[in-house]
Amino acid sequence: MKEALTVVLLMVGSVFALIAAIGVVKMPDVYMRMQSATKATTLGIGCVMLATAVHFQDTAVWTRALLVVLFIFMTSPVGAHMLSRAAYLTKVPLWQGTILDELEGRYDTEDHELDASPESNTGGA
Amino acid sequence: MLLWNLVLMLVWCALFGDFAVKNLVGGFLIGYLMLMLLSSRGVVGSPRYLRRVRRILSFLWFFLKELVVANVRVAREVVTPGINSKPAIVAVPLGDLSDVEITLLASLVTLTPGTMSMDVSTNRQTLYLHVMDLDGGDAARLRKAIHDGFEVRVVEVLR
Repeated sequence: MKEALTVVLLMVGSVFALIAAIGVVKMPDVYMRMQSATKATTLGIGCVMLATAVHFQDTAVWTRALLVVLFIFMTSPVGAHMLSRAAYLTKVPLWQGTILDELEGRYDTEDHELDASPESNTGGA
Repeated sequence: MLLWNLVLMLVWCALFGDFAVKNLVGGFLIGYLMLMLLSSRGVVGSPRYLRRVRRILSFLWFFLKELVVANVRVAREVVTPGINSKPAIVAVPLGDLSDVEITLLASLVTLTPGTMSMDVSTNRQTLYLHVMDLDGGDAARLRKAIHDGFEVRVVEVLR
């Protein structure tokens, strides 16, 4: 039972990590690539860490697995945020299939101050 | 209150002489139930703490559910041939949030697949998101989903 659960969790985790990797290659622009790189990995690593914890069933392993997941969850959004912001500021083009860009023209090119959306005062369009 | 709950948890573990994860979790739950009982008689404990714990748990559950559901959606997009999604950058107006609340909100939005925080306006009124697939090009619906799904819950947990 324990082995079966470990195997399933490991498989699911690896499959998500693989899909994330394929997504990085396949996606058309830097922003969508980043989506793929930050997302599926969180679930992938979560599953693999859970598998480790289930397999060893040891408090020390449990706590470390939890901490690994916690730190991934804390750091990966920050990385994605900084990378996508840097990409947008250096004018990395969006994919031509992008249907809406509400960031357009909102950055001050000099000091990178960012304006609020015009709707922010009325609470949504 | 949290301190009380933690003390009860440690007492439980000490009685077992084993600080394994299952005892810690069990001890916390039993401590919580005791505090619920005591609080309903007005002995110790504040309903506020009890409510907060429930909110944090329901928030965690909501977050894990979102994480899995949306991950599957992104995975399907990757494995199906061609690119059928309609990416977009959407501005989401924020309510009156503190810096910590905005940070937590932006991180959670990034962790749930399909949406990624790109930047917050300098006056902290707007969160700009990249969306992998804007359903039917309906930005207003996404704004509502972020507000009702995440913003309200983040505020509930942190305040």
